[in-house]
Amino acid sequence: MCGCYVWKFSARIVVRLKGGRTFNRKAVAVPVPAETNEKFAAYAHPERLVSTQWLADHLNDDSLVVVESDEDILLYETGHIPGSVKIDWHTDLNDADTRDYIDGEGFAALMSAKGISRDSTVVIYGDKSNWWAAYALWVFTLFSHSDVRLLDGGRDKWIAESRELTTETTSVTATEYPVVQRNDARIRAFKDDVLAHFGNPLIDVRSPDEYSGARTTMPAYPEEGALRGGHIPSAASVPWGRAAAEDGTFKERAELEQIYHGDAGLKEGDDVVAYCRIGERSSHTWFVLTHLLGFDNVRNYDGSWTEWGNAVRVPIVKGETPGSVPASR
Amino acid sequence: MAETNIPDQLEEIIDDFQALTEPDRLQLLLEFSRELPALPDRLADHPEMLEQVVECQTPLFLHLELDQDPAGTVRLYFSAPPEAPTTRGFASVLAEGLDGLSATEILAVPDDVADRLGLAQAITPLRMRGMSAMLGRIKRKVTEATAAA
Repeated sequence: MCGCYVWKFSARIVVRLKGGRTFNRKAVAVPVPAETNEKFAAYAHPERLVSTQWLADHLNDDSLVVVESDEDILLYETGHIPGSVKIDWHTDLNDADTRDYIDGEGFAALMSAKGISRDSTVVIYGDKSNWWAAYALWVFTLFSHSDVRLLDGGRDKWIAESRELTTETTSVTATEYPVVQRNDARIRAFKDDVLAHFGNPLIDVRSPDEYSGARTTMPAYPEEGALRGGHIPSAASVPWGRAAAEDGTFKERAELEQIYHGDAGLKEGDDVVAYCRIGERSSHTWFVLTHLLGFDNVRNYDGSWTEWGNAVRVPIVKGETPGSVPASR
Repeated sequence: MAETNIPDQLEEIIDDFQALTEPDRLQLLLEFSRELPALPDRLADHPEMLEQVVECQTPLFLHLELDQDPAGTVRLYFSAPPEAPTTRGFASVLAEGLDGLSATEILAVPDDVADRLGLAQAITPLRMRGMSAMLGRIKRKVTEATAAA
């Protein structure tokens, strides 16, 4: 992390807590130090995670903004971490008309509306082992927001520990977030990039039945229209949830290494593309490979199976084995 | 295809949603999710009597009983976890909108009734499919129950 906090906004975020207590938060450019503990220290980029205890201790930090990002669009409203704001993966982060993410202007407007400055420390948490929180973090990374972290264990762990939740509305004073152009090239892969990628490792993070082609969606999820079932040739199957422990926290580094290096055969320095159905579950794996295991070249193919499974003249493989590597195009 | 008709108790709910702006419609759905009636003990103690609607993103369980009256009154029971408020909200709308109607009335409810709540923009069409799936499952179960009766 760089310590170059040069923006000078002093956004005031007014947070009302239960019991009518009101306090003003003055967001100034004071870097929030990273958490240090034994578990995180083993990861490649420990500053990308915070624990529930750390967050509870830092909730009032001036330049910290907590963001909740869930699958269920109403979950935040049933109770959220005091002072947190909500970002919805679909209605906030996706463009309404083009299948793409919002652009620099859209992101600046969103950040402004959520009280986030360019130098804010953003901690994102969510339901389902941070599946959607990781997706939001990946989109923040497309805009090179420098200090964005995940709450290890997410919403479920916070609740399991009986920590405070509130249904009070967080009132936010708009910030001035600069318009930053999205930088897709480094962490996002498109279909043509995948075709050119053959010969390098691909990770399919969907469920085993989606991988084999027995079904085209997750078990218990609605069909979302892929014409064919199967996987991208040569992709290794590593369901995303394998990276999460029972309590929703990330597994320790040694366990992750066994999964991704041992079982999936990734080697240090590999150029990796991960995909799922629309790019959300693979954001979680992108986070693990990039920030916990330290791979520098990991891209998330967000077109994923809803594009590949329908695209004309692209090869697929059915069944449980990866299949052979096609010639790259 | 039988003629479609929206029963009054469901029409009222649709009107309530339509009278609001989109953000307020979400708020109303949240209210519905809070009001989903708890299962009666005889069902709560026997989860095996509930059937899971597999098309829904989160576990939703549904149980349906047909009264032994001439009209064939249908009783609906739903269960969904608190961490799935959208699913609970949909279930609650259908519970309030359909419970106590006759089998014929439920089968006449148009399949696109979920769209008429005006939530597609606010919560995305993708998520609306869960509610359509719920209505579809209710109708299938009504058909099965009346055939068996």
